[in-house]
Amino acid sequence: MSNTETKEAAYKPTSPNSKLDFASVWEYAPAPQDSKFAEVKDQYDLFIGGKFVKPSKGRYFKSTNPATEEVITEFAEATQKDVDKAVKSARKAFEGEWSRISAKERGKYLFRIARMLQERAREFAVLESMDGGKPIRESRDVDIPLVAAYFFYYAGWADKLEYAFPGKKPEPYGVCGQIIPWNFPLLMLAWKIAPALAAGNTVVLKPAETTSLTALKFAELVKDCGLPDGVINIVTGAGQTGSEIVNHKDIDKVAFTGSTNVGKIIQKSLAGTDKKYTLELGGKGAMLIFEDAPIDQAVEGIINAIYFNQGHVCCAGSRLLVQEGVADKVIQKLKDRLETLIVGDPLDKNTDVGAINSKEQFETVNKYLEIGVNEGAEVYQANCDVPENGYFIRPTLFTNVSQSNRVVQEEIFGPVLTVQTFRTADEGIEKANNTPYGLANGVWTDKGSKIFKVGSQMRSGVIWANTYNKFDPTSPFGGYKESGVGREGGMHGLAAYIKN
Amino acid sequence: MAEERIDVKKTYKMYIGGDFPRSESGRTYKALDSDGNLLANACQGSRKDFRDAVKIARGAFGGWSSRSAYNRGQILYRIAEMLEDRRDQFMKELGPIGFKTAEAEADINAAIDRCIYYAGWTDKYQQVFGSINPVASSHFNFSMLEPTGVVAAFAPEKSPLLGLVSVIAPIIAGGNTCVVLASEKYPLPAISFAEVLNSSDVPGGVVNILTGFREELAEHFSTHMDVNAMCYTDNLPQEMKKLIDENASLNVKRIVKHPVEDWYDEEVQSPYFVTDFQETKTTWHPVGF
Repeated sequence: MSNTETKEAAYKPTSPNSKLDFASVWEYAPAPQDSKFAEVKDQYDLFIGGKFVKPSKGRYFKSTNPATEEVITEFAEATQKDVDKAVKSARKAFEGEWSRISAKERGKYLFRIARMLQERAREFAVLESMDGGKPIRESRDVDIPLVAAYFFYYAGWADKLEYAFPGKKPEPYGVCGQIIPWNFPLLMLAWKIAPALAAGNTVVLKPAETTSLTALKFAELVKDCGLPDGVINIVTGAGQTGSEIVNHKDIDKVAFTGSTNVGKIIQKSLAGTDKKYTLELGGKGAMLIFEDAPIDQAVEGIINAIYFNQGHVCCAGSRLLVQEGVADKVIQKLKDRLETLIVGDPLDKNTDVGAINSKEQFETVNKYLEIGVNEGAEVYQANCDVPENGYFIRPTLFTNVSQSNRVVQEEIFGPVLTVQTFRTADEGIEKANNTPYGLANGVWTDKGSKIFKVGSQMRSGVIWANTYNKFDPTSPFGGYKESGVGREGGMHGLAAYIKN
Repeated sequence: MAEERIDVKKTYKMYIGGDFPRSESGRTYKALDSDGNLLANACQGSRKDFRDAVKIARGAFGGWSSRSAYNRGQILYRIAEMLEDRRDQFMKELGPIGFKTAEAEADINAAIDRCIYYAGWTDKYQQVFGSINPVASSHFNFSMLEPTGVVAAFAPEKSPLLGLVSVIAPIIAGGNTCVVLASEKYPLPAISFAEVLNSSDVPGGVVNILTGFREELAEHFSTHMDVNAMCYTDNLPQEMKKLIDENASLNVKRIVKHPVEDWYDEEVQSPYFVTDFQETKTTWHPVGF
């Protein structure tokens, strides 16, 4: 160790024995992704019944690029009348053309959407990064490829549903109201629309108010695909618009992804009705790092678990639980690795951590940073430069936290990791399970039997073992406890759109 | 001349944690036969009784959910054996509350068979409803079902034995533990069924049976923060349904409603009643040398 510290000449930036230090060895030149080819209109209307229509009250709201704070475009605000119109057109499509065409043909429409998304992938990736602040590397390599993959996967289910539900005759609900969050705008749209349509439903979908752009671009694509009018309706707006969808009498099923708080409000407002619902809510994922874990891999996994998409991930690994014997080592390596992260322009291909999605979320995360410090936590932040404009937060670690601290118990939804230690596996598992959430957890160890034991005792819908934050259309996703009801993805995700 | 023998009547208490305690509240209500005569005093369970039962059910969850599927199957089968053995006791209990002999026999037969039906599912539903998922990246990925946790249930009002068994069996077959409120009007067969459970190798605390009033307990069943799911099969009054749904949102409880009219119908036994109380857990692991 002392060698690497004293002999500068022998310094290897990637050697496992030395501190990671890329910045002083070479500089990254800017590598901007061209964004001019991605056309953005000044204003977007609602997509109802296969047409773009003006909102009934004529109100629009602005959407800003969180990396520059510049206005990109404006979206229509859908009010009660507009939502009603959208539901009616979805109902008409459900009772008409969409139910008349065969399952096989239905599937072909979804295949067509998947292919067209692939063709226009780069355009969607650029728009996603502009509108939401996520690094282009992620929207290009993760979000948009997965969007196409989800449509392609569910397309194939359309005419094979009876194989997914042995002993049942699978039937669609009818009209589904779907409300999605701002962290993976187009991907969440795909998670909702693809299985709903494959099962034969029609949908009214509301994207998040800060990230509606790709949903409306998707609406244009739907038109190009020649999908029957009214099968997909997209209405933009904030919470009030969402509540109009949830409470509309002619909605058969509500699918929501978002915070646990809003999920509870939705569950409550559906009380006493026969509407079905699935909820994908918050999380506070723990990662258990055992002494026998491959430490360098684990450190990479932790970085991906919490700083991927600025930590705006419901299943983010936001709590690190490290076994005492390796705690110092892991924390040191983590701090070193933090220093190498590039925070900045989402449209730069080298950027690791982009902009916080909105001013509101920026303030929320900052509030939690304050809470953490006030609770007595030690804070460590990467010493990187961040752009002057835009909403950026340095990747952050909290050590010296206890289980009851708010930063340990509550979902921050930002690039903030808390670090605790444990001695025995039982203690680690107990700490992992000790929040109201149960969406995802991770375990790092080289011992196979330990993976299965720990994995079976952690109460969450996803277990990432020696990996983290992986997604695939064939893989069911969803929470235990207050992290939600139901699953999305895979064969199990179809159940959310089939009458039981 | 021999003195006329005075028969010994059974005291019906509740079933919590493998014991038969009275309600901590000291309250009882009258369980009547179909002519309005007193059969017994049933306990009127309280909020505290429910909370005690949930705590015990939570304590039993770890052990029960980690029993092997084979073992759970054998225990459910054992319940059927014990039930068969005590047919006479249930004949005596169902008669006075309006079951004709043939009806009571059919009810007991169906209850026994239902236990066996679910005994057979314990080590199969995982194979039918779990999956291996062919993800595009270099990972091994599989989904398996795990029990939701502690389930609170209202047993059917009009089917005090078969309905009760039909509700409990799929819940525990899947490794959950439960707190069940017996039929309000006909609570006695439920307590006798508890005696069956108690002699069937079902660990204490896996099934807890309270007697009492829905009107009083609906709120407590649905607000408890350590209950993961709530289930009912009767068509409850709209107000109570709404109350239960609303309270469920406090901790995102799963609400399982199965309107059932006829408990003899084969359609009311289904592996989907098991999966209603299951969570899908998906595990990823990298593949490589």
